[in-house]
Amino acid sequence: MDKVEKGHSNTQLDLLHEETFTRTVFGFWLYLMTDCLLFGTLFCTYGVLYNQTAGGPSSNELFSLKLVFTETMILLLSSFSCGMALLAMLKFQKAKIIGWLMTTFVLGAAFLFLEITEFKDLIHDGHGPDRSAFLSSYFTLVGTHGLHVFFGLLWLTVMIWQVITFGVNIETFRRLVLFNMFWHLLDLVWIFIFTFVYLIGVN
Amino acid sequence: MSQSILKKIQHEWHGSFKSYLIGFILSLLLTGLSFYAATQANLVHPNRTSILIALGICQAIAQLIFFLHVGQDGKSGYWNSLSLFFTILILIVIVVGSLWIMSDLNMRMMPDMSIPHTTTEKPL
Repeated sequence: MDKVEKGHSNTQLDLLHEETFTRTVFGFWLYLMTDCLLFGTLFCTYGVLYNQTAGGPSSNELFSLKLVFTETMILLLSSFSCGMALLAMLKFQKAKIIGWLMTTFVLGAAFLFLEITEFKDLIHDGHGPDRSAFLSSYFTLVGTHGLHVFFGLLWLTVMIWQVITFGVNIETFRRLVLFNMFWHLLDLVWIFIFTFVYLIGVN
Repeated sequence: MSQSILKKIQHEWHGSFKSYLIGFILSLLLTGLSFYAATQANLVHPNRTSILIALGICQAIAQLIFFLHVGQDGKSGYWNSLSLFFTILILIVIVVGSLWIMSDLNMRMMPDMSIPHTTTEKPL
């Protein structure tokens, strides 16, 4: 009897854990959807102000495709490597998880470094966000993406620390799943940035 | 106990090395094609733009399926997809609507209204 009772409460607890997992993942997905709306509005601001250069440089004079290609590859690789971290977590390989997460961190930091360098060069040449409506919207759109990457890196640092300290458990697994969603979505947004801002912009 | 439930959750979670690899290779391919198309000078402007947009959308769909595992069944999969489609609908309304309205307003501007307050800068 006692055994049955215990088994019963365990199943309930299991269900509770499972529900927490499902709900949290869905809630985070909804947050990501609202983030999509944020980027959507920034994209259409950019689309509207694209030609308003106020006599300043237009998009085909500013951007270097080589740099954007490097940035794109770095972000894509980091997206892949954080997926690998999650797969390593499914197999409880702690060292591998940390390795892949650190790879993701290094790649993300490299991406951010390139972006900041690009911004710095633009501002240095007098093409800062105060130059024209076009540049304001460009800095807002790409800068918001960069800010997301920055906070992703902070999250990643905490994530690495948590995996080192707590190992693989329900909580760390759930957090890594959420981080994966966040990071993949940033890569997804970047597809639209490099397509609409850079590739279409340079022609 | 906690390990067994973790295993159960992990079992239900979608994602395999194969799907990540397919997603990664597809993304590489589509990115490569996009940059290649962008550097081809013999492509006419509206053509190139539509090709680039099509490639971008393809890559977005590929990443949604293979990285974010959208559309794979499961209890929550239905709501995930539903909220995604709703978001896409809202995005289309916002983006297409804004661009349409603003370009229409722009077309209706009188020529001398195009740059207000032109005391310091010469109008083009």
